[in-house]
Amino acid sequence: MSGVSRRKLLGLGAAGVAAAGASVAGARMLLDEPAPMPVSAVSALDSVAFYGEHQAGIATPAQDRLHFAAFDVITTKRSELDALLQEWTAAAARMTQGQEAGTFGAVGGVPEAPPDDTGEALGLPASGLTLTIGFGASLFDGRFGLAGRKPAALRELPRFPGDALLPELSGGDLCVQACANDPQVAVHAIRNLARIGFGRVSARYSQLGFGRTSSTSRTQATPRNLMGFKDGTANLKLEDTAMLRDHLWVAEKDGPAWMRGGTYLVTRKIRMHIETWDRTSLAEQEAIFGRDKGEGAPLGLAKEFDEPDFAKKGPDGAPLIGEVAHVRLAHPSSNGGARLLRRGYNYVDGSDGLGRLDAGLFFMSYQRDPHRQFVPVQRALAKNDVLNEYIKHISSGLFAIPPGVRDGGDYWGRALFA
Amino acid sequence: MRTPSVVVTGLLALGALAGCSQDAPSAQPGAAGSAQAGGPIKVAASDTACTVATSEVAAGTSTFAVTNGGTKVTEFYVYAPGDRVMAEVENIVPGLTRELIVELPAGVYETACKPGMVGKGIRGPLKVTGEATPLSADAKLAAATASYQRYVKSQTDALLIKTQEFVDAVKAGEQEKAKALFPVARTYWERIEPVAEIFGDLDPKIDGREEVIEEGMEFTGFHRLERDLWVDKDVSKSGPIADRLMADVKLIVEKANSEKLSPLQLGNGAKELLDEVATGKITGEEDRYSHTDLWDFAANLAGSKASVQALRPVLEERAPDLVKTLDTQFAAAEAALEEHRKGDGWKLHNELSKAELKKLSDAINALAEPVSKIAAVVAK
Repeated sequence: MSGVSRRKLLGLGAAGVAAAGASVAGARMLLDEPAPMPVSAVSALDSVAFYGEHQAGIATPAQDRLHFAAFDVITTKRSELDALLQEWTAAAARMTQGQEAGTFGAVGGVPEAPPDDTGEALGLPASGLTLTIGFGASLFDGRFGLAGRKPAALRELPRFPGDALLPELSGGDLCVQACANDPQVAVHAIRNLARIGFGRVSARYSQLGFGRTSSTSRTQATPRNLMGFKDGTANLKLEDTAMLRDHLWVAEKDGPAWMRGGTYLVTRKIRMHIETWDRTSLAEQEAIFGRDKGEGAPLGLAKEFDEPDFAKKGPDGAPLIGEVAHVRLAHPSSNGGARLLRRGYNYVDGSDGLGRLDAGLFFMSYQRDPHRQFVPVQRALAKNDVLNEYIKHISSGLFAIPPGVRDGGDYWGRALFA
Repeated sequence: MRTPSVVVTGLLALGALAGCSQDAPSAQPGAAGSAQAGGPIKVAASDTACTVATSEVAAGTSTFAVTNGGTKVTEFYVYAPGDRVMAEVENIVPGLTRELIVELPAGVYETACKPGMVGKGIRGPLKVTGEATPLSADAKLAAATASYQRYVKSQTDALLIKTQEFVDAVKAGEQEKAKALFPVARTYWERIEPVAEIFGDLDPKIDGREEVIEEGMEFTGFHRLERDLWVDKDVSKSGPIADRLMADVKLIVEKANSEKLSPLQLGNGAKELLDEVATGKITGEEDRYSHTDLWDFAANLAGSKASVQALRPVLEERAPDLVKTLDTQFAAAEAALEEHRKGDGWKLHNELSKAELKKLSDAINALAEPVSKIAAVVAK
């Protein structure tokens, strides 16, 4: 059983592989980049390539489910951390291809030993699983001799008005984003990585997301957030090759060298006051977002992807899209052209003990320089967005996302530890 | 003429309010030449009685002269059915007489004194006789906003007085007195907060919490002084902040009273006040240093009700079932809060268990749902 693809267990192989092959060719033409590279799984069940210039799970069409985890490194030995990253990489390369975490698997080892895969994904296909690692600023604090290698872009985010950040849900030395089209597959991946890490890392917090809120490909429809709106229509998409180069991937001149082809991830857990939002009138909800709720079109226009006309005035002489409407404040034209690749997920963490849903958006955005892209947008939103009455930022994270793992001889962060 | 009925309540325990108002403000300039033949109707208010000289008046303008012979600060109200405030006079300190002028169409009303400014008050009947002209739909809406604007006026009058007392105590370094006055002054603010929020730049200066302060802006207002009093326990350097609070309150009161409100704003304001309770007070975030959130809770609830009651004639005509639901849910929310009364005030937020807070949260959600339907009824 060892090394057996979980998907093959299901007998779903051939058609999916052929479809995935077609998508590789198509996407390669669009992106004009050398293979191998992370591409979309055509079917929700298929695997996404693990090896490539960039890590998968960023410009990959957003999967439906998320399990995000942040870890504190508890070992003080650089060699142990380095070894962990190699072990994680090997397990990630297997799991993303629908295989078990270890070589013997859930049932293939000796009976006296605990299995090297926890087993809850047995029989499940790869489900588009991607695993994406990030390094937090605290990893560069000197414990591992990395202080001199910290990218300037990883400096602390400023405090934004209204921030109610919980330290226990913020930061972290390492993060792993697991995205998949099956929640069990995403959870399985984080669980097995956490297990491999025992003694070297400790889970700081983790977050389940049950519904994607962004589309990262033109082939995907824009989904809705828990407020019922399409948000992030102007998202960077994998087809926008030139824009990804300008706004997403770290270039050589940005430095440091180990980050070339990488990017930066900002996470913000945004609690929504669902109950008060739900008793807000439709007109007010639409005015707050600056979009109509049904189609998602900017107010005054017909279609979602119509470019917002911020100058257009209503019969009363006031702009149709208000001065503090979300779409205006967040739009690139209001932020010096700053663009983000948003990849957030809706979350519900049960109820809060006060009879209210503990729910909101686990916001994630990838960008080339968070201080020039995320920060100005969030500054404008925190200051003026009328949406603030219905939301609260309760966690924050900033991670350097290293470039992709090239092949079986490479591993996450190798260039950093070299 | 019938004898006015007098309801006697038990003596309320002396709480924070009892000793807080020593300086008597000058009496409101009364209408000496009242339309009422024979001068104003005398009201003798005490801690246990509310004796109104007459229980029947003619339709039109009436003037009441309320004398507080008791030991507690009192208020006097004229209510239409459903506790719709027709007129009120606040902050009548012991020994003082204040006048209240009110225009009443024919109908049945209640008078009420509220010694200690709490509870339903000592009630008595008031019958108004004469010609009653039914209002047109528009006139009813106009009457609603006028009624609410009277409420704003009365609240802002008291806000000015109580904020001044609070500010004076801070500047005099009288920390205990200032702490007792803090939730009282805020009561008048919290009752009309949606009106204050119309003036976006002033609201955060007066009521901004520490975390919402933007870069380059100083943390000022009530919550800054709250922190000085409860956390730093030092107000020796708080004088300039106190002065600024007073100046900002004066400015916003002036603006609030010159603002023309729409019936839709009344409906939305009622909902927003409950949203304030749901997001800020239940969680204890509003008054995080003093934990006096329940005072604000009570004030938000009262303000929401005042707004709804101003719209009541319109709602009764257009959505009678909604009015019944509102009455039930307002009563339920008030009853849920009432369990946490302590003296003339309220328990501290951190004295309530999570289960007790959940009960309050549920009551507010149950009330806010029907309240959120008002705006659409008004807009019909």
